[in-house]
Amino acid sequence: MSRFLLNRLGQSIVLLLIVSVITFFLINLAPGGPSAAMRMDASEAERQAIITQLGLDEPVVVRYAQWLGSAVTGDFGVSFSTSEPVLERILSRIPYTIELTLFTILFAVSFGILFGIISAVKRGSLRDHAINFISVIGLSIPAFWLGLMLILLFSVQLGWLPSSGVGADARGENFSLLGWLSYLFMPVLILSTTILPNIVRFTRSSMLEVVNQNYIRTVRAKGAKERYVIYVHALKNALIPVVSIIGVLIPRLLSGAVITEAIFGWPGIGSLIIQAAQGRDYPLVMGVTMFVTIVVIVCNLLVDLVYSKIDPRVKNV
Amino acid sequence: MEPLLKVENLVTGYRTEQGLVKAVDNISFEVNKGETVCIVGESGSGKSVTSLSIMRLVDFENGEIIDGSIHFQDKDLASLSNEDMRSIRGSKISMIFQEPMTALNPVFTIGKQIMETFYFHRSYSGKKAKQRAIELLELVGINQPEERLKQYPHELSGGMRQRVMIAIALGCEPDLLIADEPTTALDVTIEAQILELLKTIKQEMEMSILLITHDIGVAAEVSDRIIVMYAGKIVEVAPTIELFSQTLHPYTKGLLESVPKMSGERGVELPSIEGTLPGIHSMPIGCRFAPRCHYKTEKCVQVEPPLENHYGHLAACWHAEEVRNGTLEKGETT
Ligand SMILES: Nc1ncnc2c1ncn2[C@@H]1O[C@H](COP(=O)(O)OP(=O)(O)O)[C@@H](O)[C@H]1O
Ligand code: SF4
Ligand SMILES: [Mg+2]
Repeated sequence: MSRFLLNRLGQSIVLLLIVSVITFFLINLAPGGPSAAMRMDASEAERQAIITQLGLDEPVVVRYAQWLGSAVTGDFGVSFSTSEPVLERILSRIPYTIELTLFTILFAVSFGILFGIISAVKRGSLRDHAINFISVIGLSIPAFWLGLMLILLFSVQLGWLPSSGVGADARGENFSLLGWLSYLFMPVLILSTTILPNIVRFTRSSMLEVVNQNYIRTVRAKGAKERYVIYVHALKNALIPVVSIIGVLIPRLLSGAVITEAIFGWPGIGSLIIQAAQGRDYPLVMGVTMFVTIVVIVCNLLVDLVYSKIDPRVKNV
Repeated sequence: MEPLLKVENLVTGYRTEQGLVKAVDNISFEVNKGETVCIVGESGSGKSVTSLSIMRLVDFENGEIIDGSIHFQDKDLASLSNEDMRSIRGSKISMIFQEPMTALNPVFTIGKQIMETFYFHRSYSGKKAKQRAIELLELVGINQPEERLKQYPHELSGGMRQRVMIAIALGCEPDLLIADEPTTALDVTIEAQILELLKTIKQEMEMSILLITHDIGVAAEVSDRIIVMYAGKIVEVAPTIELFSQTLHPYTKGLLESVPKMSGERGVELPSIEGTLPGIHSMPIGCRFAPRCHYKTEKCVQVEPPLENHYGHLAACWHAEEVRNGTLEKGETT
């Protein structure tokens, strides 16, 4: 157990270092600079003053070393644009992103697996074709376009759902489940399209492979009802590869969250990273990047733990 | 003797890209109470399809019983509703398979896989189910049964897994046990142990066994009667001793000649029957064995021989008499 975790920890540190180097140099070498220093009305002298104040007159390598030195102590610096500590800005946004991604995972995984099973069990049927068709569409339509279309339909045309925000009024004292869900519905739906088709297809092919295995015939020979055969014996086996694909899909989910949050004005990490990048808020960009990388690492670890729980052939870690 | 199972004119086919092909073509036989019957034949001759038809498991594998009836305890399994058939599987008729490595679900414990059969067919309490599972493991000769219940299939050897499969099959005390090549994947010593186990259990539980094997040596060891199949047809049926002493079909004769004379002689190069099974799409119109038969005549090629009684047992050969008397020398063609 500890050996496995130590190994993982070592790999993770290397990964974090690589990601931080790449991000730091990319963002610093990109044209433009912090918005405060880029204001049109600022004089050359004012600009220089700001640049010196932010420490941007040092060479990039030195600045990276400085950043790394503080980062390992947990200090990610201060946001250029608001002067708040980076960590605080991130922490204040996290709950919204967690809410959005957790609901999306819940939604995409349950429907993805369900549709995948139906599609496999009723292979070649109308339902199978319909599910396949919708999956292909979901895979090929960009999320931002679909998001805008949904807003046009549900918010502008029908006026059923709010077009943006988290519905602060439906959350506080006058909490209303319906109000809260009305804000959550479209973002979750749109974010789901980034992973749901993959889960459907993966479950389908995994299920098709499993139902042809000898042990499935054994269960039938024992007199099991077909429902039991599929939902107990076949499903547990079919889920093993599906769990691992969910691990792979987490980075995609997070990058999807950036777009989704931007479309729906969702105040999470995704919209924060867009603000940070646009304003060349270097410490904030670094902070968010590190945070997201850690989330991906932790999620993959969790997936491995779940994996070893459902597949007895994998040694418990 | 009273027949427990009576298969009549069974035709089973598979839906393939080239249409429906018949894997078993009009076969009839019976298994009596307390009898061990072996179906013998080369791989591909339709033995598994026969057993899967009796279990009605062909339905799940693109297959279909096209014609015929399967009488079992006043019921015709061929036309039984799915639900009625389900309640027979695993309780009145059980089946074990060739592949002990893959026939158990890798993600469930042995205990669950034994006990769930009770959930399908009996209303045992959890305690009763566990007690019965331990009894069954003891019956099939597995030590430390209580610990085994918690183990997963990959933790057991091939022979052990086949014993577990047998334990599962015996759970509801079936009247008929179908064993499809239960020892083919095992080595010789383990094979002998499993066959011995089947013999003892049969006597203890007063059931009938339909054992399927490509190895006529195995059949000789355990069976009361042997059915020889070739290319989806039955070519000879006889009590075991009689089949050996009074062989009527050239194919059976070929099978017998390819058996090692002494035990332990496996792996030695043996004379096998020349040629291969006819393709399922290119069945000869006359006798299906004709392309490989040393006794064949023009009549054999033109007209299919019926399965008829000669000298007290059934054979499908125009020249059964010559084969029996050895009057037509092997290798001589007319
Ligand atoms: N699922 C299937 N689909 C199509 N053809 C099949 C299927 N199962 C068996 N067959 C065909 O039926 C014939 C008999 O097979 P089988 O009963 O498995 O032979 P064996 O005597 O070795 O058990 C073979 O020609 C095989 O190709
Ligand atoms: S009928 Fe003719 S071809 Fe067929 S087995 Fe008998 S002798 Fe051979
Ligand atoms: Mg077979």
